[in-house]
Amino acid sequence: MYLDPDVSRSVKILVVGHFAVGKTTYIGSVSEIEPLQTEEEITEASEGLDDLSETPDKTTTTVAMDFGRLTLGEDLVLYIFGTPGQERFKQMWEGLSRGALGALVLADPERLEETFPILDLVEAFGLPYVIGVNTFEGKHEFPLDEVCEALNISEETPVIHCDVRDQDSSMQALITLVKHLLSSLG
Amino acid sequence: MSDELDGELELTAPLVPLFVIAQGRALPRESEYEHTTIITAQDGAVAAARTLAPEARTVMDLIADGFLSVAEVAAHTRLPLGIVRILLAQMAEDGLIHVRNPVPHAERHDPVLLTAVLDGLMRIRTGA
Repeated sequence: MYLDPDVSRSVKILVVGHFAVGKTTYIGSVSEIEPLQTEEEITEASEGLDDLSETPDKTTTTVAMDFGRLTLGEDLVLYIFGTPGQERFKQMWEGLSRGALGALVLADPERLEETFPILDLVEAFGLPYVIGVNTFEGKHEFPLDEVCEALNISEETPVIHCDVRDQDSSMQALITLVKHLLSSLG
Repeated sequence: MSDELDGELELTAPLVPLFVIAQGRALPRESEYEHTTIITAQDGAVAAARTLAPEARTVMDLIADGFLSVAEVAAHTRLPLGIVRILLAQMAEDGLIHVRNPVPHAERHDPVLLTAVLDGLMRIRTGA
């Protein structure tokens, strides 16, 4: 359960995507510890409730967030946070994106339109990212160039297949992200 | 008046309100006690923690035996992250915990750091 006492450097990567895209499964596939959850309070503006004139314009909601851990060396640990992609959780992104190396955006090829708001968020927070297109058992693999085109992303952004249940495939997605981060340093 | 209100009361919060656990203290600054800040108890701190609030003692008991991130402390104690951060700020002020801050925001583009991350990931993947 505890970290190696020599671990003195911690870094984080965010795994983002729409509801039920496979973030929790992904974290379970790569984490060295049983995935854990934090409970975080966020304040959200209750827009769309204007008709209830008595309703205060802000409410507090508790959001559960999954995360996992990977010890990468004697003194280095990586935390992976599964970050909810809804616009109303933007407040959580502010804290989480600070210092994050980058983001792995998980996309469901059958619900690509739900990935647009996620891309808006990662770009708004200036996070470098790669896109992992979740491959589901029994479904044919979507051609990646079609996904690129549908999502209208730049050529430099890596897009890969990722089976979130498979450790090897999930690790490869992280490796692709970190290689991308290194290559964008120029 | 109070009778009317009683009829509408619902238990929607833990029995001990969070501001009681936090003893009215405000959240530390966002850059302090982040999810990935690593903490452990100082030597002898567990005995000194006897006088703390029960929630702070729970945190202390957990970190007495080793290093954990703030997010892990929140998860294992099942306390909301905000409460854990407030408790840790207080415990640090009292000299009870040892704090290792995460790699600073400015260093996330450091090629040496990123290479170390990449090497670590590749080692895990190949099972070396």
